[in-house]
Amino acid sequence: MGIFSYLLPKKNSSASVAKERLQIIVARERSTRGGPDYLPQLQEELLAVVRKYVPVDQDAVMVQVDRESGCEILELNITLPEHEEQGRQA
Amino acid sequence: MTKIVVVTSGKGGVGKTTTSAAIATGLAMRGYKTTVIDFDVGLRNLDLIMGCERRVVYDLVNVINGDSNLKQALIKDKRVDDLFILPASQTRDKDALTLEGVEKVLQGLIELGMDYVICDSPAGIEKGALTAAYFADEAIVVTNPEVSSVRDSDRILGILSSKTRKAERGEGDIPARLLLTRYSPQRVERGEMLSVEDVQDILAIELLGVIPESQAVLNASNSGAPVILEGESDAGQAYEDAVGRFLGEDRAHRFLTANKKSLFGRLFGGQ
Repeated sequence: MGIFSYLLPKKNSSASVAKERLQIIVARERSTRGGPDYLPQLQEELLAVVRKYVPVDQDAVMVQVDRESGCEILELNITLPEHEEQGRQA
Repeated sequence: MTKIVVVTSGKGGVGKTTTSAAIATGLAMRGYKTTVIDFDVGLRNLDLIMGCERRVVYDLVNVINGDSNLKQALIKDKRVDDLFILPASQTRDKDALTLEGVEKVLQGLIELGMDYVICDSPAGIEKGALTAAYFADEAIVVTNPEVSSVRDSDRILGILSSKTRKAERGEGDIPARLLLTRYSPQRVERGEMLSVEDVQDILAIELLGVIPESQAVLNASNSGAPVILEGESDAGQAYEDAVGRFLGEDRAHRFLTANKKSLFGRLFGGQ
């Protein structure tokens, strides 16, 4: 340690890794917070339906509930792969 | 007007009971009539930290079930006037802790003229933790600068914003403030520990205080005296600052930087 610790880039410190990981996981958990309990299952089933037609990744289906001035909006976001036509023909 | 404050964290072992004991004692030392309640039914420990374990006769569940009245169950602190402890029961039947029962106890404390009621929450997000938080006017979220504690604190903040009585009545979020404990400025400077700024960036709530990692905390729990009574210690002073800020005083944060070593020590001493 001693003088050499000053030469090491601070970016690689375990604390900055911890912060980055936390920012990602906390943002993800906040996006589903306060939503109805059926959301995870809805997401699973939607994914299964989409996959019958298009091969998509596990995280291709995003389900989110937003509240705006007294009404709730269920937001579905499905990301299709780039070569979607090939998938459909297969 | 009685203020009900929940001390919570999600994760266990981060310092909820130490904090509840210190804050309650600090408030009482300033002349505010204060009761600190242990909500950890089945695993009571506040009595040990407050040093009154041999004086427990009745507990929270006894009062709820009507086995004793509130005054019989309250333990008056022998060191600080205006400080009372309501211990948890050691029964394993957690269902005894009902919202109606707790409301009745809190109502009784309001009638006794308490200025503050500090609710020491159990760990987790189960019924005990929800019950401790339900009637709160304000929350202190105790967090260690460590990934699992910060993540759990964020979950607890989510629960506080939807599962309290005020939230259910549409009266909005209760104010929640961060108390960062077991903080080691040396390790932060070496990049081994999340800094207070890092934790604040993620949780985005007001900072009530930073308690340094300190031998005084274990010494205090060994002897059953809340650490805030150790006025000479760093942790005791940091809690005293936090109590001041809790009451609206403007106090600079201390104990955030490591003691600087000499140039020689820094060049050759390593850590």
